[in-house]
Amino acid sequence: MRRIRRKKNQRKRTIYLILLIGILLLLLVIAGRFLSPEQYGPDYNEKKLTPSIQHLFGTDYLGRDMFARTIKGLSNSILIGTLAAGFSACVALVLGILSATIGGLVDKIISYLVDLCMGIPHLVLLMLISFMMGRGLRGVIVGIALTHWPNLTRVIRGEVLQIKNMQYVKVAEKLGKSKIQIAFQHILPHVIPQFIIGLILLFPHAILHEAGVTFLGFGLSVDTPAIGIILSEALKHIATGMWWLVFFPGMMLVMVVMMFDQLGEHVRRLLDPSSARE
Amino acid sequence: MERKEILEVKNLSVSFQMYDKGLRQKELQVIRDLNITVHEGEILAIAGASGSGKSLLANAILGILPLHASVKGTMKYRGESLTLERQRKLRGKEIALVPQSVGYLDPLMKVGKQVVGVNGSKDRQREVFARYGLGKEVEQMYPFQLSGGMARRVLIATAMISNAKLLIADEPTPGLSTEMAKETMGHFRDLAKEGRGVILITHDIDLAFAYADRVAVFYAGTTVETAPASDFRKGPSALRHPYSKALWEALPQNGCKPIPGTQPYAGNLPSGCLFAPRCPYRTEACETTIPVRQIRGGEVCCNHAT
Amino acid sequence: MLLEAQNLTFGYKKERRIIDDVTLSIDRGERVALVGPSGCGKSTLSQILAGYIKPQKGMVLWEGKPLPKKGYCPIQLIYQHPEKAINPRWKLGRTLTEAWQPDPVFLEEMGIEPAWMDRYPIELSGGELQRFCIARAMGPETKFLIADEMTTMLDVITQAQIWQLMLQQIEKRQMGMMMVTHNEALAKQICNRIIDFQQLNL
Repeated sequence: MRRIRRKKNQRKRTIYLILLIGILLLLLVIAGRFLSPEQYGPDYNEKKLTPSIQHLFGTDYLGRDMFARTIKGLSNSILIGTLAAGFSACVALVLGILSATIGGLVDKIISYLVDLCMGIPHLVLLMLISFMMGRGLRGVIVGIALTHWPNLTRVIRGEVLQIKNMQYVKVAEKLGKSKIQIAFQHILPHVIPQFIIGLILLFPHAILHEAGVTFLGFGLSVDTPAIGIILSEALKHIATGMWWLVFFPGMMLVMVVMMFDQLGEHVRRLLDPSSARE
Repeated sequence: MERKEILEVKNLSVSFQMYDKGLRQKELQVIRDLNITVHEGEILAIAGASGSGKSLLANAILGILPLHASVKGTMKYRGESLTLERQRKLRGKEIALVPQSVGYLDPLMKVGKQVVGVNGSKDRQREVFARYGLGKEVEQMYPFQLSGGMARRVLIATAMISNAKLLIADEPTPGLSTEMAKETMGHFRDLAKEGRGVILITHDIDLAFAYADRVAVFYAGTTVETAPASDFRKGPSALRHPYSKALWEALPQNGCKPIPGTQPYAGNLPSGCLFAPRCPYRTEACETTIPVRQIRGGEVCCNHAT
Repeated sequence: MLLEAQNLTFGYKKERRIIDDVTLSIDRGERVALVGPSGCGKSTLSQILAGYIKPQKGMVLWEGKPLPKKGYCPIQLIYQHPEKAINPRWKLGRTLTEAWQPDPVFLEEMGIEPAWMDRYPIELSGGELQRFCIARAMGPETKFLIADEMTTMLDVITQAQIWQLMLQQIEKRQMGMMMVTHNEALAKQICNRIIDFQQLNL
């Protein structure tokens, strides 16, 4: 009997965790949206303060409150991530389905593009695209959107190929169903869960790459409060002993990324029928 | 003649924690009041429809039920109680499972090494292979390279490497031709002749009737009748339980006559006799717990058996 | 002739033909059993006859004409594993009505209970699912059924039940039928003509 109690209601826990993480992330975005520029702007009376009750994460050499700046930065990152990951995932969905259903030359071309994009290191390609698009917000979003689709495309292509050969799909063909009917009735509902999980798991990638490319100076402009900017600026001052400028924003970035990762993992557990009985 | 018991399972019940609607949990009893005994030197066939609890019994004997299962009742191996700890010690050594097909083998590992496994030795493996006419070249093969007949023998070898005293074969014959099934059963018969006990789990009634010594008929997670296989070969008049009789009459060579209804689901079982809803002899007495009775050298769980 | 197969040849690999120059014809009112050991190509042949696989040589004629490439196929195939032939994400009611709307009388004859319509495939047994597969394939345009080891995975009582209702429907609707099986006793019980596959596919 002890064994059973320990196993009690995994599914409930999973749903609670998903809700909790979702609400936390949403709060972060909303908080960032409603911060007024004064709150994260410079205040020359309060420069280089160590963390305290007034300034949880301390202030920087311009007297900007690092807590507010980090929140604003993460909020921006999540929004950029949403746009870029959403676009990337949609590209993956369309290409993956096209590749698997039409096959032939289309499949070959798409597979070649996937291999091509995966062959170049993410960050290098991202830097190139962002640079070409004139950096800034647009450059980063387009860059991330264009570099993150190949993995998911591959996954979706594989899923569709597998489902296409299922007996019930072949039966549907013989029952006179058209290709489009089969795509919408049988294939799409099967791929959607994969798509949602893939989409969520794209977020941490997108956010990290946004921070990375900005850190390297190919991304957002210097005055935007973004994690990449915060970190690259802070690095110049770390030698002077202002550890909090790197530590707190960096930790927050890692936490957000991990939260998205957990969210994806738990949604997968919920949607995946093989673990449904756990 | 009285043979020594290897395995005795008494009043076994197995239940699972399941999700009901949405998030509520409930307990689902899938095996109840199940009794079997296996003697030295005999093949006991366990026959029943899918969902009657055959494979679960195998897992319960080996102690490999999933975590959300709870087990009640007693299992004794050679007279001593079979605890989880003892099962862990015995499985793979004294009690062995014969894999159903080559699909259960590691496709990337050479057969010889795989058969040696964790407990075996190279010499012992050669011995077992020699016994089944498998040459040294077979050791170096990968599972996909085995021909059908070879595969059957390799699978039995995986169980025999430890010189097990109790073998459990879960559905060893689907997809085999009649000759191959015959050959496989011949191997099991040889093992039984050496004094081992063999549990043959199958939904192929013909096979069970033809090759086993005794047959235990499962229905909805319980044993309704255990009787010598010869009774099953004779026909309905020699049988005791109405379900066994129905099975016999539904065999294609006996007329393919069905009875109405379906096996009830776990969680939706009738109280008392599980077969009562489909039984032509049903009376009020069938709504209470039915005792197991000994009739004409067999065990039966029915009020109306004669 | 209802169904004709002319010189069918097929192999997954070039050098090994599974189906080699098979010719076969089935007339109206015949119930044919194709008997042979497993793995000899019976399933492949039935998939060619039902239009699932294109033969490398030869052709399949239905009432003298080639099978339609698109649209409803008058020959429907029932598979061995019903759980694979049903979309696990659909409720069974949806699966049943994928191609046509069976009336309640038919469903009762098929032994399909109304309560099953709202269930998912994982909740029902193989025998119950197989009833759905048969009912789904019994649309008004279906003229011929091929049952490929349809009851091999089922227990004998369920097997007998399913064949009883299958024969009843075939009789009632004057359909043609071919069964593929390794069980000769069953073939003799159900069919009026038995073809030894190995004789056919030399």
